[in-house]
Amino acid sequence: MRKLLLLTTVILVGLVFIARLFYLQVYNNSAYDIFEDTAIRKEFNYPKRGYVYDRNGKLLVANQPSYDVMVIPREVSPLDSLELNEFCQLLKITQDEYYTKLARAKNYSPRLPSPFVPQLSKKDYAVLQEKMRKFEGFYIQKRSLRSYQTTIGANVLGDLGEVNRNIIKNDAYYTLGDLIGKQGIEKTYEKTLRGVKGIKFIQKDRFNKNIGPFKEGTLDTLPQPGKDVTITIDSDLQAYGELLMKHKRGGIVAIDPSSGEILAMVTGPSYNPNLLVGRERNKNFSRLFLDKVNKPTFDRGLQAQYPPGSPFKVINALIGLQEGVVETDDKVTCRMGYYYGSRKLTGCHHHRSPVDMNAGIAQSCNAYFVNVYRRIIDKYDDAGVGMNTWANHAKSFGLGNFLNNDLSVGQPGRIPDGDYYDRAYGDNRWGSTYIVSNAIGQGEVEATPIQLANMAAAIGNRGYYYTPHIIKNIEGDTIPKKYKTPNYTTIDKRHFEPVVQGMFDVYNEGTAKSLRVPGIDICGKTGTAENFVRIDSVKTQLTDHSIFVAFAPKDNPKIAIAVFVENGYWGSRFAGRMASLMIEKHINGEITRTDLENWILTHSLENEYKKPYSGEPFKINGQTSLQVIDNYATEENHPVENQNTSAIKL
Amino acid sequence: MLRENQRRFKFDWITIILFLLLVGFGYLNILSASHVGEVTDYFDTSQLYGKHLMFIGLTIVLIILILSFEAKFYEQFASIIYLVAMLALIGLFIFGKEVNGARSWYGIGSMTIQPSEFAKFATALAVAKYVSDLQTNMQTIKDQLRVAAIIFIPALLILLQNDAGSTIVYLAFFFVFYREGLQQVYLIIALSLIVLAVLALKFGILITAIIAALAIASVYFFRKKKRGSILQYMIVLLVSVSFSYGVKLFYEHGLKTHQQNRISLWLRLEKDPAKLERMKKAEAYNLIQSEQAISSGGVSGKGFLQGTRTTGKFVPEQHTDYIFSTVGEEWGFMGTSFVVIAFVFLIIRILFLAEAQKSQFSRVYGYGVAAILFVHFTINIGMVMGLIPTVGIPLPFFSYGGSGLWGFTILLFIFVKLDSNKINEW
Repeated sequence: MRKLLLLTTVILVGLVFIARLFYLQVYNNSAYDIFEDTAIRKEFNYPKRGYVYDRNGKLLVANQPSYDVMVIPREVSPLDSLELNEFCQLLKITQDEYYTKLARAKNYSPRLPSPFVPQLSKKDYAVLQEKMRKFEGFYIQKRSLRSYQTTIGANVLGDLGEVNRNIIKNDAYYTLGDLIGKQGIEKTYEKTLRGVKGIKFIQKDRFNKNIGPFKEGTLDTLPQPGKDVTITIDSDLQAYGELLMKHKRGGIVAIDPSSGEILAMVTGPSYNPNLLVGRERNKNFSRLFLDKVNKPTFDRGLQAQYPPGSPFKVINALIGLQEGVVETDDKVTCRMGYYYGSRKLTGCHHHRSPVDMNAGIAQSCNAYFVNVYRRIIDKYDDAGVGMNTWANHAKSFGLGNFLNNDLSVGQPGRIPDGDYYDRAYGDNRWGSTYIVSNAIGQGEVEATPIQLANMAAAIGNRGYYYTPHIIKNIEGDTIPKKYKTPNYTTIDKRHFEPVVQGMFDVYNEGTAKSLRVPGIDICGKTGTAENFVRIDSVKTQLTDHSIFVAFAPKDNPKIAIAVFVENGYWGSRFAGRMASLMIEKHINGEITRTDLENWILTHSLENEYKKPYSGEPFKINGQTSLQVIDNYATEENHPVENQNTSAIKL
Repeated sequence: MLRENQRRFKFDWITIILFLLLVGFGYLNILSASHVGEVTDYFDTSQLYGKHLMFIGLTIVLIILILSFEAKFYEQFASIIYLVAMLALIGLFIFGKEVNGARSWYGIGSMTIQPSEFAKFATALAVAKYVSDLQTNMQTIKDQLRVAAIIFIPALLILLQNDAGSTIVYLAFFFVFYREGLQQVYLIIALSLIVLAVLALKFGILITAIIAALAIASVYFFRKKKRGSILQYMIVLLVSVSFSYGVKLFYEHGLKTHQQNRISLWLRLEKDPAKLERMKKAEAYNLIQSEQAISSGGVSGKGFLQGTRTTGKFVPEQHTDYIFSTVGEEWGFMGTSFVVIAFVFLIIRILFLAEAQKSQFSRVYGYGVAAILFVHFTINIGMVMGLIPTVGIPLPFFSYGGSGLWGFTILLFIFVKLDSNKINEW
């Protein structure tokens, strides 16, 4: 027995040791991951983000350096009160903030870096940098922030924001604190603009000092700079559009029909893109985003879906010609509306009658188009087949679906087909008379301003369009081929000329007579769309939306445009004026119709927008009077920046 | 004569191979733990790894020297060797050089030598000599006291030089005495005292007293025939409780703060988070770093010279007392279990050989060697992995240092020599 005491003890100790080692090294240990190794410092090297230029080579977006204090909670060694005091003073935070920030970072992940104090000033950075070594677990990360060289185009250019956890989970490239394009061009061309960050693995010692590259730097990567991009926007035209849109809500989209390049993309109200840079971004973004009255982050040019109103009539004219159900000189009598038997299906305004196609377009006669539309649908025995044929033609103009382009937001609009009404009314339990509103661009048809501008481009091109896009040029790269290939409509080229002539006569003798611009042959179409909101759960009609769609010149058009002004009443009142000015600005480079310009700059719709929120009964359309204001063209401030309207739920 | 001559060189090669493996592997890890940047000259004696290579070279000379003496020499000169070693320890009080608060070194030029490393084999020889004396009977109090004095002298001297870790090693001789006839009651008392001490520190006097009372009561009821008087049991309980109280008092007032904190960390006594954080920066720092290094090695380790914590010198004293953490990081579980198994085999091999000795001197000495190696192995690796409180003693054959390496080499190879001679003992 005496012989065995030491022997058994030795074996026992050996077993305990192996068990403990097994626990430490095998059971309790995942595979070695260099990103988990606290002895290796991971230094990210962020490349220069690509610049953004407008179509004329004007620099719109550049960069500025920024310094974030990052923390890896697990590596933080507790600071004594003196150190803590010093650190907080350097960072300009209170000690309470220090602990909450640290707790928040720890809560995210004890081992991954989190931003602790983002975006230090250069001066704070210089002071802090020298003392940084004392504070284990903290380091300074250099990044580049955007620097906007302009105050316009917030919806076009977009902005950068910190990645959220969801993005990190789905894309391993990003780590917390990284910036990513959140809207506009920054979002759609994120990968082109951002480049690829480089990483350096550095061996640390226990004093948190660098002692050299890890594995002789063989694992390190160099940053690849982001590529510069040129966008199709003409910043002068964009700025002019934003000026015109002041004190109104709506959108303008201008396209070059010969290439599909978007020349201007205005939404109102907008904001200064510099508001969304740096430390103030979150605060400003929430303020903008939560403004549910003005919705400045809602791009009305791309996202606002409305019944397009009268401009849609020209599509029906084209479909009618293509289907052979109407000739250009077929005349329709208008008795202030369209009658089915003795029932008036739709009203009309006062104009000469009867009308042929040219007059129908120029005078925007409802009866004429209901007639044409019914002929299209009733050409087939089955209204469903007629409806599908009609829908396919309409969709070939880029309506009723996403344009599949390079803009970060969009809406599909709606072109109803046979199935749609089968679902609504029951199979074959409907006919053309049920759905005549589509004839005049109301009813179930909906489109966004960019779709309408594209439609105008397709008409101006007599039958094809290029997918509207915003990228013009990528440094050292080509732009996608789909932007270079035309999309053909289902309408034969020969049918376009009479319709184009009708749109030309809208300016010559029709609804936009007063908006003519000397020297430019503009083809256009006014539109007016009724609209309703719910106020205290009562469906209430508001003043009509003002819509205008145009292209110019008549032959080989250089610009196709859609203007949409909320509650602007009839088409030529606001939208028509603005479209004419934009066209003149683009083609002539200067404004001769200063009377139009002055009118737009001195008339505000803000009183109109306040009505639904006033809680009092109000009048609409013809019973309203316009609000005249001083010419605010010289005003510095954007409307959004100096008002404190809080969100009201409708 | 020829047969005899042949047998004279019959060394136990298993022991020697295990020794060489440990020393060689130790060198690789010292190289890893001490190099800065690229290693250009392995023999550069301004670097620790260069020096250690030199120590290993001298070790070969030393081994040849040890093996070339007559086996009888060690028995005959045991007392003198012990005496010289004790004088060397005493001399430290006059000529000693203080390093890290311990006055345990002689400085000779740029070299330092630590006599306590050599006192171990000297004491082992002296104990073997005394115990194997025909007139010694380990059952008697007189001999127990005398043999206790042999180990008490070096232990006290070393303790006075502020090297508490090396003092603990002398407890190893308890195993030797037990093997050589020390009564069982000592073992029971020793174990009881250890349990009492831990209980008292961890759970306080009251709970310890209750547990002790329950244990003593169950012994009383278990021993139906020879119960003796209740008074005896009451005295044992009283002694137990006073011992627990003494341990508590000693812990609170007798220990230096850092020693107190080490124990506190081991038993997880500290509840105040602020104080715990402070300790993590001080007493627990080494342990935390060492555990992390070992743990980060995983199953197969990061590879020789590839340990990021070793390269970054995250573990202080990694080349000496914490060398095992290098093994853990760079060689992983494969490496660490190899080292543990190698040590266990070596100790068992020595025990096996010791039992096979014909002379009691050789057997006692062999037991001493096994026990000393065992205590070092247990305390060092246990400490590096956080199983026992921090005690600063080296890992035999592994840790950097000339005195340590030579001390253990002499200790082991005297036994190898004695063992090779067993055929001549009669």
